[in-house]
Amino acid sequence: MTLAIDLTIVWAFIIAFAVFAYVVLDGFDLGIGILFPAFKVGDSRDQAMNSIAPVWDGNETWLVLGGGGLLAAFPLAYAIILPALYPPIIAMLLGLVFRGVAFEFRWRDPGHRAFWDFAFTAGSATAAFAQGIALGALLQGVKVADRAYAGGWLDWLTPFSVLTGASVVVGYALLGSTWLIWKTEGEAQAVARRFAWILFPAILVAIVFVSLATLYLHPSYVSRWFDMPNVLATAPVPVLTAALSWAFWRAIREGAEASPFFLTLGVFLLTFIGLGISMFPYVIPGSITIWDAATAPRSQAFMLVGAALTVPLILAYTIWSYWVFRGKVGSHGYH
Amino acid sequence: MFDHFDALMLARIQFAFTVSFHFIFPALTIGLASFLAVLEGLWLWTDRSVYLDLFKFWRKIFAVAFAMGVVSGIVMSYQFGTNWSVFSDKAGPVIGPLMAYEVLTAFFLEAGFLGVMLFGMEKVGKKLHFTATCLVALGTFISAFWILSANSWMHTPTGFEMGENGQFLPGPSWWAIIFNPSFPYRLTHTITAAYLTTALTVGAVGAWRLLKNSSSVHARTMFSMAMWMVAIAAPVQIVLGDLHGLNTLEHQPAKVMAMEGHYQSYPDGAPLILFGIPNEAEKRIDYAIQIPKASSLILKHDRNAPMAGLDTIDPDKQPPVTLVFFAFRIMVGLGMAMLGLGLLSLYARFCSRLYDMPLLLRFALVMGPSGYVAVLAGWITTEVGRQPYTIYGLLTTADSVAPLAAPAVAASLIAFIVVYFFVFGAGTLYLFKLMAADPAGVPVHEPGPIRTAGLATPLTPAHPSMTSE
Repeated sequence: MTLAIDLTIVWAFIIAFAVFAYVVLDGFDLGIGILFPAFKVGDSRDQAMNSIAPVWDGNETWLVLGGGGLLAAFPLAYAIILPALYPPIIAMLLGLVFRGVAFEFRWRDPGHRAFWDFAFTAGSATAAFAQGIALGALLQGVKVADRAYAGGWLDWLTPFSVLTGASVVVGYALLGSTWLIWKTEGEAQAVARRFAWILFPAILVAIVFVSLATLYLHPSYVSRWFDMPNVLATAPVPVLTAALSWAFWRAIREGAEASPFFLTLGVFLLTFIGLGISMFPYVIPGSITIWDAATAPRSQAFMLVGAALTVPLILAYTIWSYWVFRGKVGSHGYH
Repeated sequence: MFDHFDALMLARIQFAFTVSFHFIFPALTIGLASFLAVLEGLWLWTDRSVYLDLFKFWRKIFAVAFAMGVVSGIVMSYQFGTNWSVFSDKAGPVIGPLMAYEVLTAFFLEAGFLGVMLFGMEKVGKKLHFTATCLVALGTFISAFWILSANSWMHTPTGFEMGENGQFLPGPSWWAIIFNPSFPYRLTHTITAAYLTTALTVGAVGAWRLLKNSSSVHARTMFSMAMWMVAIAAPVQIVLGDLHGLNTLEHQPAKVMAMEGHYQSYPDGAPLILFGIPNEAEKRIDYAIQIPKASSLILKHDRNAPMAGLDTIDPDKQPPVTLVFFAFRIMVGLGMAMLGLGLLSLYARFCSRLYDMPLLLRFALVMGPSGYVAVLAGWITTEVGRQPYTIYGLLTTADSVAPLAAPAVAASLIAFIVVYFFVFGAGTLYLFKLMAADPAGVPVHEPGPIRTAGLATPLTPAHPSMTSE
C-alpha cells in the first residue's frame, strides 16, 4: 500500500529546483541590468547586453515554471502566497516588462537608447528587489484562514523584507558582475571585476544579517538549525560558505575569469539549501506544509511523467544553446 | 458588500485588459514563426536570396513581437494566483498540469531555440539553424495547444471529480480533460485565426511596398504568399467558426442566445438578426435588420426549428448581451471581408494583375490590422459570453476572485494601463518602423542585439556582422 516515493516530496524538490534555476540564471541577467549604468555607453554596454541577449528568455522561463509549477503541484500555496504578496509581485511583473522589452527596443530606437537603457536598469532593479521582498515576506509568515490569505495588503512590508530585498539586489549584482568577468574583455571586464571585488564582501555581510534576523523571526528556526542531531547536518552550510568565500577571494586576486562566477553559484546554492533547511516541510512557514498544499495524486503522477521526459531534454538543449554562444562575447574566432 | 463588488469588477477589468494586450502578440507570432520556417526552408531549397532577405526582414519583427508576448505572458501566468486565487485553489489540480505541460513542452522549446534562431545563423550551420527555426514554430503551436486546452476545459469541463475540500480533481482519464468537447473547435479556430492575422499583416506590408514600387521582387513574393494564405484560410476559418458555433450551441446555449440577440424564444423558427442595438432594459433588439427563420436554418438546419431565448435562462445566469452581440458581429463582418479579399486576390491573380491592381493593394493594406481586431472580438464573444462563470455552470466568476482589497487592485490596474500603453505603444511604433523598411535593401551597417565578430573594429553599435545575422 505504501508508496515507495512520496510524490509530494518529489514535487517540492522539482519546484525548488525550478526556483533555484531561475534565481541563478535570471539572477545574472538582472544583475547585469542593475550594474548597467556603471558601464560606458557604447562598447561596454553593448558587450554586456549581448552577453545575455540569446539566453535571457530561456532563463526567465524558469520563473514561469516556478509559478506555473506551484499552481500545478501546490495550488493552495499558489492561491495563498500570491495574494499575500500582491504589491511586490505586481511590481516584479512590471519590472520584468521593462527589462524584457529593453533588449529589443534599445536597438530599434537609437534616439531613445538612453531611455531604454534606464528602463533596463530600473526594471531589473525593481524585479530583483521585489523578489527579495517576496522571499522575506514568505519567511516571516503570512496570515491564513479558511484556505485563503487573511491579512492586509501591506503586511509584507517590514524591515526584514526590505533587508532581504536589498540582499537579493546585491546578490544578483554579484552574479552579474562575475558573469561579465567571464564573458567580456577590455574595459567592460575591468569594471565588472571592480564590482565583484566590492560586492562579494557585501553579499557575505547580507547573508550573515539575513541569517541572524531569520533566527529571531521564529523560535522554530533556531531549534531547526541548532538542536541535535540537526546541527550535524546544518553545520557544514556556514563552513562551506566560508570555504567558498576564501576560494572566491583567491580567484579574484589571481585574475581568474570563469571561476568567480561558478563560486558565486556555489554560495547561492548554499544559501538556498539553508533556506530549505529553515522552511522544510512548510511551503508557507508556520501554517501550510507541502502535504497540506499538495495537488491530487493523479495530477502529481501525470506531471511527473512529463517532467521526467522533458526536464532532461530542456537541460540538454539549454546547455547546447549556451555552448553555441560560448566564449568571449566580442572576441575573435567567435563565428 | 459594495467593497467586494468593486474589487471583483476591478479584477475582471484587469484580467480582460492584460489578456487582451497579451493575445495580440501570439496572434502574430504563432503565424509568423511558421512563415519564417517556410521562408528559411524555401531559401535552403531554392537558394534564392529573396527568401533569405524576407526571412531576415520578418525575423526582426518577430523578435520585437515575441519579446512583448513573453513579458505580457508572464503577467498572465501569475495573475491566476494574484487575482483569481480561489479559482486557482479549486481548479489547480486540473488546469495546473496543463499549464505546467505548456511550460515544459513549449515555453522552454521556444526560448531555448529562439537565441539560436535570432543570433546563431553563422554559428551553427544552415541545417541546424533551420531546425531551430522549425522548433520555435513548433513551440508556438504546442503552447497554443495546452493553453487552449485549459481554456476550453473551463468552458466545457469534463473528466473531473469533486474533492471533499471543494477542489476539482482529475478523474481517471487525462484524455477526457485535455480533449474536452470544445477543445478541437477552439484550437483549430484560434490557430487558423493566428495564421490569418499573420497573412493579413504580411499582405498589408507587401501591399504598402507594392503601392510605392510595384516591381519590388521582395514585396511581390511576400504579397503573393500572403494572398494565397488569405484565399485558403479565410473560407476554412468561416467553416471552422460555424462548427465552433454549433458546438457552443450544444454546450453553452446561453452564449449563442446572446450572440444572436435572442432575448425571446422562437417556437417556430428564429430570425437571423444581421444588425441592431440591444436594449438590455426592454429585453429586445432595437432597429433590428433581420432575416426571418435564418438563424434556425443555420444553427438547426431547419428553418422552422424552435429556438429557446434568454427568457428561458435565470436572469442571474445570463451573459451580458450588448458586448457579446456587437463583438460577434465585428468578428463575423471582418471574416467576410477577409473572404472578399481572398476572392479578389484570386481574381487578380487569374487576370495576372496581382501586383498592380490598386483596388486589391489598397484593400489588403486596410485589412492589415483586421486580424487583430477579429481575434479580440472573437475572444470577447467567447469569454464574456460564458459569464457569469469561470468554470462553466460550476464556479462563478464572483466566487473565483482573490480576497484583495479594492485599493490594491485599483492601483495595480492603473499601473498596468499606464505601463502597457506606454511600453506596447512604443513597441508597436517600432514594429511599424520595421515593417516600413525596405526588405530588399537592409542596410549593411545596422545595429542589433546581436553577437559580434571581432574587436578589430571597435564595437560600435554599428557592426558589420550584425545584419548578416
